[in-house]
Amino acid sequence: MISPVPPAAGTDTTGPAGTPVRARADYRTTVFYGLAAAVAVLLFALRTPGGADTRFQVVTGSGLFTVPVIAVPAEPVAWLLSLALVGAAAWAGVLTHQRRRVPLWLHIAVGVAFVLCFLVWVGAGRAALIPVTSLLAGALALSVPLIFGALSGVVCERSGVINIAIEGQLLFGAFAAAVVASRLATPFLGLVAAPVAGAAVGAVLAWFAVRYQVNQIIVGVVLNTLIIGLTGFFFSTVLSEDAALWNARQPLGTLPIPLLSQIPIIGPVLFSQTILVYLMYVLVVVLHVMLFRSRWGLRTRAVGEHPKAADTVGIQVNRRRVANVILGGAIAGLGGAFFTVGSGLAFGREMSAGQGFIALASMILGRWSPFGAVVAALMFGFSRNLGNVLSTIGAPVPSEMLLMLPYLITIFAVAGLVGRIRPPAANGQPYVK
Amino acid sequence: MSSQGTGPDTDQDTRSAPQPARGGDVLREIVTGNAVISVLAVVVAMAVGGVLIAVADSGVRGSSTYFFARPGDTLVAAWRAVSGAYVAMFRGSVYDWQAATFAAQVKPLTESVVYAIPLILAGLGVAIAFRAGLFNIGAQGQIIVGAIVASYVGFAWDLPVVLHLLLAVLGGLLAGALYGAIPGILKGRTGAHEVIVTIMLNYIALYFISWILKQQAFNPGRTGQRSPAVEGSATYPLLVPDLLVPGNSFRLHAGLLVAILATVFTWWLLERSTLGFEIRAVGANQHAARTAGMSVARTLALTMAIAGGMAGLAATAQVLGTERSLTAGVAASIGFDAITVALLGRSRPLGTFLAGLLFGALKAGGFLMQSVTATPIDIVLVVQSVIVLLIAAPPLVRSIFRLPAPPARRRRRPRAARPAGGPSQEVTAP
Amino acid sequence: MKLELRGITKTFGSLVANDRIDLVVEPGEIHALLGENGAGKSTLMNVLYGLYEPDGGQILLDEQPVTFDGPGDAVAAGIGMVHQHFMLVPVFTVAESVALGHEPTSTGPAGLLDLQSARRRVREISERFGFDVDPDAVVENLPVGVQQRVEIIKALARDARVLILDEPTAVLTPQETDELIAIMNELKQAGTTIVFITHKLREVRAVADRITVIRRGQVVGEASPESTEAELASLMVGRQVSLAVDKRPADPREAVFVVEDLSVLSPAGTAVVDRVSFTVRGGEVLCVAGVQGNGQTELAEAVLGLVPAAHGRILLDGSELSRLAVRDRLRAGIGFVPEDRSTDGVVSSFTVAENLVLDLYDAAPFARGPAMSPARVHDNAQERTAEFDVRLTDVQDPISTLSGGNAQKVVLARELSRPLRLLLASQPTRGLDVGSIEFVHRRIIEERDKGTAVVIVSTELDEVLALADRVAVMYRGTVVGIVDAADADRDVLGLMMAGVPLEEARQEASRHHSSLGEADLTAGSEGGLT
Repeated sequence: MISPVPPAAGTDTTGPAGTPVRARADYRTTVFYGLAAAVAVLLFALRTPGGADTRFQVVTGSGLFTVPVIAVPAEPVAWLLSLALVGAAAWAGVLTHQRRRVPLWLHIAVGVAFVLCFLVWVGAGRAALIPVTSLLAGALALSVPLIFGALSGVVCERSGVINIAIEGQLLFGAFAAAVVASRLATPFLGLVAAPVAGAAVGAVLAWFAVRYQVNQIIVGVVLNTLIIGLTGFFFSTVLSEDAALWNARQPLGTLPIPLLSQIPIIGPVLFSQTILVYLMYVLVVVLHVMLFRSRWGLRTRAVGEHPKAADTVGIQVNRRRVANVILGGAIAGLGGAFFTVGSGLAFGREMSAGQGFIALASMILGRWSPFGAVVAALMFGFSRNLGNVLSTIGAPVPSEMLLMLPYLITIFAVAGLVGRIRPPAANGQPYVK
Repeated sequence: MSSQGTGPDTDQDTRSAPQPARGGDVLREIVTGNAVISVLAVVVAMAVGGVLIAVADSGVRGSSTYFFARPGDTLVAAWRAVSGAYVAMFRGSVYDWQAATFAAQVKPLTESVVYAIPLILAGLGVAIAFRAGLFNIGAQGQIIVGAIVASYVGFAWDLPVVLHLLLAVLGGLLAGALYGAIPGILKGRTGAHEVIVTIMLNYIALYFISWILKQQAFNPGRTGQRSPAVEGSATYPLLVPDLLVPGNSFRLHAGLLVAILATVFTWWLLERSTLGFEIRAVGANQHAARTAGMSVARTLALTMAIAGGMAGLAATAQVLGTERSLTAGVAASIGFDAITVALLGRSRPLGTFLAGLLFGALKAGGFLMQSVTATPIDIVLVVQSVIVLLIAAPPLVRSIFRLPAPPARRRRRPRAARPAGGPSQEVTAP
Repeated sequence: MKLELRGITKTFGSLVANDRIDLVVEPGEIHALLGENGAGKSTLMNVLYGLYEPDGGQILLDEQPVTFDGPGDAVAAGIGMVHQHFMLVPVFTVAESVALGHEPTSTGPAGLLDLQSARRRVREISERFGFDVDPDAVVENLPVGVQQRVEIIKALARDARVLILDEPTAVLTPQETDELIAIMNELKQAGTTIVFITHKLREVRAVADRITVIRRGQVVGEASPESTEAELASLMVGRQVSLAVDKRPADPREAVFVVEDLSVLSPAGTAVVDRVSFTVRGGEVLCVAGVQGNGQTELAEAVLGLVPAAHGRILLDGSELSRLAVRDRLRAGIGFVPEDRSTDGVVSSFTVAENLVLDLYDAAPFARGPAMSPARVHDNAQERTAEFDVRLTDVQDPISTLSGGNAQKVVLARELSRPLRLLLASQPTRGLDVGSIEFVHRRIIEERDKGTAVVIVSTELDEVLALADRVAVMYRGTVVGIVDAADADRDVLGLMMAGVPLEEARQEASRHHSSLGEADLTAGSEGGLT
């Protein structure tokens, strides 16, 4: 036997000539933080009037623990927050220079600090209160369909099927929930019909994508159009002819959870909701655990990453994909119910209004993980609600600009400015032996 | 990576490791198949639409309650509803024999073309992107941005006749091109998926137009959501003079010539130009394109810029041709319809042109159908999407009509051969 | 377990991959399946493993006929397979990879994974055979050799009694190959039946108990390990083949192509090409030899500019290339034949004519300004295909209609159709039949004789020895040494491919002639086929 010399190189990148060859450091996060800090200093802190207060209203309505209005001195707080942002940018720079990862909590802290700094500036010296609780509650409400949609995307795409049809699934779920709840005069049956409708859309997607290997993006785009056409058609005909029978409002009542709903700030936001929202909480946790800790999850991920490897250990790749796409459709369909019975509204034409695409973006920003998708969806919901709320209290920034923000952030994110995003390796590719 | 250090594939072992998706697959799906499938797809889609019309018709539903006693009633009612709707659609899109004058009789045909113009132009934009393996979902946003600039040049500037129109058109073209280039540049430089980026850009454009319509320049002293009217010097001239067809009120404008020119240009670009060679090479195999010295990033950016420019031209057809001012809904659903137009046209210039005409006719006919028979125009969306779904899956159409499968092509090399026979062959054949 | 295949037939369209193949593997033996690329070995094993459904024939396990509906059935029947391209999910841990498909789960409807027991199983097997595999390591971070062990653990964890190893040594260094052979012998001791698929004669003779030779989908003979390599080779190829290229001694001129201290980093930031330096003169062939995956691919890509150089200089005729785009490097006179022809060399949906101008389409006479001239492209294709004897029906057919050898000729015809200063060809004859190999080799030598500097990257020692004037051996990103072809001997090159420096390798080779020190070297008779 020969005994080769240990490798001169490999993971050790110090070449024989001396100086090590190193990868260039990636300063995109630092630049991104720096931009946020610059905006905070130049647009918020510098322009906050001295001596003025910003008043935050924490709890609306009556609760056991009524917290009074909190007033903060605007200028010092704005400066404090923006300097914290400058510090965060500097620290990210140092970490990157040392080839260390910027921790997740810093991303979140930077986001929160930026938003707070913005709010302090907006509210400085105004009579209007910044309604924190309703800001959060509204954000959650706007996030619900996004979260369901994003979870649907996670279930599909982790198995390797791109689900652009989330939009259609949401819309069809909303439609089915409204019609069934109205016809049978029970909102809860709407909650049964919605996932069935979503699953039907998922089944068509799976049929074309898996059976006929049609490009999944094409099928998704076309299915969205189909569902918009179908629901719009029936809305204008059957539903309009006899709205009392077919499209009457059937709101799900709110079920405040005793004690939990009394917690200040988060109590009324999180625990005074309809059963649909509680279902969502359960679904998020269950899906996250199942995806990473169960047989189903392991197989789903294997099918989405390397279908042939899954096939060689006896996993039925296409059967798994079909099942996941149908399940994903059902989840999005259930989320669609939020638009109608979940919000106590009748069905309206195209009422999902592109939320399915935002759900898709949430899933990507959340890196195909349920928890991550929830965080991203909440970000979208929050900024959209912020835009709405601020336009009513008369903010110095056009609400359109605020509403654009999440979409801009998404572009930055997918362009890799906030770090690499790695989709499931076999995403979008039909599996043929 | 488990796929590391791959030797050559021995025997008929297919590639084991997942490969990055190639635009070539997309392309293949779109351009394979034949005319028969297209025609049959339209037939099936119309049938599906017919079923929906029948189901939604109150007369049909009324008589279906006693279907088993007198099934004839239901069938007659259904026939009335469906034929009524489709006859109205024909009258609204091709020839209206009930109209009083010749001009009014043939007006539907010109209306179809009017609706078709932006669809063709935006469809070409989507088709060009497809050929480079890109999904341009962003025609919507590109139209909006193009419309803003074109209309602004049109109503705010004061220029001589021909020059004004030219500059307005150029403004729309360039604005669309710049906006379209963004996802192309990002895709080339960072790999950001163009589907996500274009969807996001659509929303950004939507909020942008709703903001700009509130600004003084676009909405001076008004409360409505409409810009001042575009100057006459910047509008597309009408094509059919009164001389030719007396008393006509045709809206058919010179945008049609732009659409025809754009179609010819697209053909030349893709089939006869060096850039087209690059676009097709990048779309079919990025690795080989890069190895051959093409700059993939540059090609993607240019492709998307051209695609966006086409969408910008579509916008000019709206603001300088039919609408003649800017509204928040200027893009309507043209950007999304354009995707189905390009798919139906199999990403070929002529095919896209014809598909645009068909969908324009469906739209024009849909409006008359909606007003005459109360059948909502949404049915057109259903018909369109069913057509595209079926065209994407020829084996499905063949099984519906029990057509024989086409002979397997001998194009395949053995290593790509698959054990599975059956209907999946056509779409998967390399 | 005894394994028997009777009359297995498998066709793909008009191609008969397996033609009534009979094979008997006795319990506890190592049975080698020997054959050239494309002979039908992998197809046969995929049939056995349930991945393909045979068109005819029967599989018997311990005399019982069995049918497999999918790999799941084969696994359940006790068959395990280590694929040539590993079937591992890159982002999974070792324990997850081993668990996949027959996951240990805690009781209850949720099916929660019991990864603890999967880890235990990995450790158990790993210790029994001395594998040293960490169950919590992520697969993509493991070296290839270790990934292969994970594959073996996967099979053993499912109690495989028949283990199929498909070209297991293709990605291994000679040392790793030795270790694998030791493992195979241990498995045999433990009673596992092993089917060992390969085309490398030396390995077969070292490890197999019996040998079945397959050619063009048919069994052409059985042999014992005592057979000479020449006997095995002629069985495998079907005739005596000499790969000696008829060439005059090189007439090297001035230094044309210089690589200085070149480093290339992987996306993860490790050096895959590590301070490589060499000079190639006009009129000579430098072959870069080495086991697959030791940085040769990245070296070639860096020269063309497909991957950025992290450090160092690349000089052609004295001018620096490092900052130029791919196009400008091609224009500077580099002819490039990529390693993976079907992905990088041609656009398969393009016509033959279009592929022949793939990197010339925007230059005269094929284009004037932005407009291309289809007639010129067509005429060019007629000329080139005639000159290079490309067999086809029409130059307007897609290139995917051509055989591998003809497609490779198209690539070569394209690259040689413009004046070159440097020809850089990677694995130029991989997957080609013998006739095409001879043709390609001849054209390469002709180009050398014109005074072009030629760099050939090849993992096939026979090709290296046939073409090279000098040989540079790469190991883990570095050039271990550069030797004149006249002094290059198989043993020395083999040792160098395992990382042994030149001088040591010479000493080692002269005093110790290991049976497997050269295990990676391929048989003289089978040419450039891996």
